[in-house]
Amino acid sequence: MKTKGIVTGIVSNLVTVKVDGPVAENEICYIDLQGVKMMAEVIKVAGDNASVQVFESTRGLKGGDTVEFEGRMLEVQLGPGLLSSTYDGLQNNLATMDNVFLQRGEYTDPLDRGKLWDFTPLAKAGDKVIAADWLGEVKEGWLPHKIMVPFSFEGEYTVKSVKEAGQYNVDTTIAILENAQGEEVPVTMVQKWPVKVAVKGYKEKPRPNKIMETGVRVIDTLNPIAEGGTGFIPGPFGCGKTVLQHAIAKQGDADVIVMAACGERANEVVEIFTEFPELIDPHTGRHLMERTTIICNTSNMPVAAREASVYTAMTICEYYRAMGLKCLLLADSTSRWAQALREMSNRMEELPGADAFPVDLSAIISNFYSRAGMVVLNNGQTGAVTFIGTVSPAGGNLKEPVTESTKKAARCFYALEQARADQKRYPAVGPLESYSKYLDYPEIRQYLDETVEKGWVEKVLWAKNIVRRGKEAAEQINILGDDGVPMSYHVNFWKSELVDFVILQQDAFDAIDALCPLERQRFMLDLVLDICGKDYDFEDFEKCRDFFKNLINELRQMNYSAYESEQFWAYNESVKKMIA
Amino acid sequence: MATKAYQRVYTKLEGITKATVSLKAKGVSNDELAVVDGRLAQVVRIKGETVTLQVFSGTEGIPTNAEVVFLGEPPVLKVSDQLSGRFFDAYGHPIDGGPEIDGEERPIGGPSVNPYKRRQPSQLIPTGIAGIDLNNTLVSGQKIPFFADPDQPYNQVMADVALRADVDKIILGGMGLSNDDYLFFRHSFEAAGALDKIICFINTTENPPVERLLVPDMALTAAEYFAVDKNEKVLVLLTDMTLYADALSIVSNRMDQIPSKDSMPGSLYSDLAKIYEKAVQLPTGGSITIIAVTTLNDGDITHAIPDNTGYITEGQLFLRADSDTGKVIIDPFRSLSRLKQLVQGKKTREDHSQVMNASVRLYADAQNAKTKLENGFDLSDYDHRCLDYSKDYARELLAIDVNIGITEMLDTAWKLFAKYFTPAETGIKQALIDKYWVK
Repeated sequence: MKTKGIVTGIVSNLVTVKVDGPVAENEICYIDLQGVKMMAEVIKVAGDNASVQVFESTRGLKGGDTVEFEGRMLEVQLGPGLLSSTYDGLQNNLATMDNVFLQRGEYTDPLDRGKLWDFTPLAKAGDKVIAADWLGEVKEGWLPHKIMVPFSFEGEYTVKSVKEAGQYNVDTTIAILENAQGEEVPVTMVQKWPVKVAVKGYKEKPRPNKIMETGVRVIDTLNPIAEGGTGFIPGPFGCGKTVLQHAIAKQGDADVIVMAACGERANEVVEIFTEFPELIDPHTGRHLMERTTIICNTSNMPVAAREASVYTAMTICEYYRAMGLKCLLLADSTSRWAQALREMSNRMEELPGADAFPVDLSAIISNFYSRAGMVVLNNGQTGAVTFIGTVSPAGGNLKEPVTESTKKAARCFYALEQARADQKRYPAVGPLESYSKYLDYPEIRQYLDETVEKGWVEKVLWAKNIVRRGKEAAEQINILGDDGVPMSYHVNFWKSELVDFVILQQDAFDAIDALCPLERQRFMLDLVLDICGKDYDFEDFEKCRDFFKNLINELRQMNYSAYESEQFWAYNESVKKMIA
Repeated sequence: MATKAYQRVYTKLEGITKATVSLKAKGVSNDELAVVDGRLAQVVRIKGETVTLQVFSGTEGIPTNAEVVFLGEPPVLKVSDQLSGRFFDAYGHPIDGGPEIDGEERPIGGPSVNPYKRRQPSQLIPTGIAGIDLNNTLVSGQKIPFFADPDQPYNQVMADVALRADVDKIILGGMGLSNDDYLFFRHSFEAAGALDKIICFINTTENPPVERLLVPDMALTAAEYFAVDKNEKVLVLLTDMTLYADALSIVSNRMDQIPSKDSMPGSLYSDLAKIYEKAVQLPTGGSITIIAVTTLNDGDITHAIPDNTGYITEGQLFLRADSDTGKVIIDPFRSLSRLKQLVQGKKTREDHSQVMNASVRLYADAQNAKTKLENGFDLSDYDHRCLDYSKDYARELLAIDVNIGITEMLDTAWKLFAKYFTPAETGIKQALIDKYWVK
């Protein structure tokens, strides 16, 4: 018997409903607006009044309209076919909608029900299994997509039967399990999971111990993010947040990429639709779109669904992680998500925290970031969800609640700086303010020692120090004038410019420079540090400037040349001669 | 507005603020219109039987026993080809003395385009102004504001841009326009003989501020009619969005909402995005391009209105008075068109982006030279050449009174390069130097 209710109050998309039975926090209900069913979520209950946020425009809704509660939370469907799909924040497939305009109450199926998948069983009758154990596998593109015991199953089950290898659609029963009470439960390729609950079903969540390569030097070399790590990119508008995120999405070493366009420009999503199908994944040589799911809730789509979109994206990542895959979640921008929370909190007339954001903003953000991580599955394999969010601080001021709360939750901080963007020093990641806490992890240091080179982290810190000393020198030169400081100041300044132009800056639009593999990054940093390790003396500062400018030019040409090509070595020779 | 026979009339207001009234009423739907004491109002809150109405023209003089009639529908605009060449108020009623429009009633502020159905913008919109065409090229389907201080001639620039742009319709949404500016737009459109493709929705400073809230939705509903139904290229001009946002804050304040930064409502970002995101390139060839004006307070872009706008729009055009030439220029450093790379070199000559970058970089060198000069340091020969170049560049290319084709802009830039610099100093690719350098 479903709980029913009637609408008693409306302010924008916050609706109050008088209910006739039990309702749960975050329960989903449908409001009937002259035959159109609009989805909504319970966010507060007081007596028999439930406050619900409607995922649609409430125009035309009346007091007295009827509501039906579903007895479940907001769920997503998990199964083969998620990759290369484009969903809205509630997992409606945007590609299968007919209208040019989004129609209210139009909900489309996230999965293709008719498509046949090549199924191979992995479990056999008699196996003891628990939630998230693998029963079989289908090929989704080139990825082995595991069909698992649904995450919601509690306790141990015995496999009664598994379908033999063959082609089936997602709704086919591919296994029958028996629980401790002897009841038989069928399992299909699709399972449902409430998005706001973290998917468990793994043995443990150890500390990350590997680097996730992005091909972006300022990240991989200076502030690496771990596989299963968290990071965030705050920056004022026009500083290249989106370009950087797209670069990471194109090049990140992950099996699955989920991009959540959360309250951002629609044309940016169109750019992904237009470009990604043509681009090739540098790690596998396959089309990028095959490993990508887009969750798209642009700024003009309903605000409540914007909040849901990041959870939907995270749940899809967790699902693929349980298959032992490396997933990368990119959310642009978490500030818009926080603003959605603010709008609701405001309409519910809650007492506000800083900048009118809800007081539990910090807790909500850190709770969300904590869903990322590397896990050891029940079968001993590992999977990971790496999460990078962007933040759009109001007025570019980092002392605002979303940035501050995120800083507490994320382990990597990539601060985009207006000054660097103005000088076209892209990516505009500030070298001194940004950090990666993973550089302090003994596991990560050991990993870098083994895979990049012994003592790598010391070199990275040295490079950062060169930049710091260069900045100090530049300040002195500005105050005292070119002739007013000793030559060593000029040398220090130009050494830092060398690191800046050759290592920090990278041309995201150049076919070769855009992607710099870790091995190449090692070579370039060693070369640059080699140059910076030498002592130089010049007659005057103009000679110093000319020397380093020429050097920088040669090294940049190297960055633009294919690694270890003839051209590359020719520039390398010329650099060696210059510093000899 | 005529009341129909069966409509219930309410005559007891329970509360009145400067912008809203509330009363007990039944069967009222959210967002629907009502007439309060002869003035148009819209439902903004329903709480039990108490309904709060936002009265667009303000509540001055409304008594507690005023007549309230609910109209049962949200604000609508009648759309048809008859809209062309007409001037309307914020409610869509003619203010040019002409007849009412016959056409299909469309609710304003309708749903968004499915992002999956959009196309990537790819059509160049030439304006003749080099500060825009050369450095910040506009593309159809783009949304971009002018950021300008109130004393700058942004409305004139916008009128110029609109009249020179190759579009099928120009729709002006004027919010808090001074009467003089309204007449200026009207005269320039008339003088250009372009009236047949112009549609205007005008709220002047003489009209109540809350009425402004209707203007962008009216203008964009008309735009969607021509872009979606008629596959036309539509350019929408919105001026001044700062005054629109001010009206939003008035209403939210009267509804006791907790303000966020700069006393703006917490939903400012979503409110502005709903408007700007109507800019679209449709698969059928129609498009809506939005050029807006956001006036700044003394160039401060960290204020909530320009700040939120910057996160929504695809770039911004900055107007600045240039002291060297005494002209208003489009600031090449702070202006940005995020979509320019979609057309530069593709719809324009191959050297476009290199010439743009080189000319701006040399202009930046001139600014550095200027700083050196002001700080009392000696200038090199290069510095002097940069300074001379910057004056020519500002006068011949950045100034808003320039009106030439893009190829001519490129040729002008090459002429200036050759006049003051060596090919190596421009840093342009050798192949282009060989082809275009003026000898």
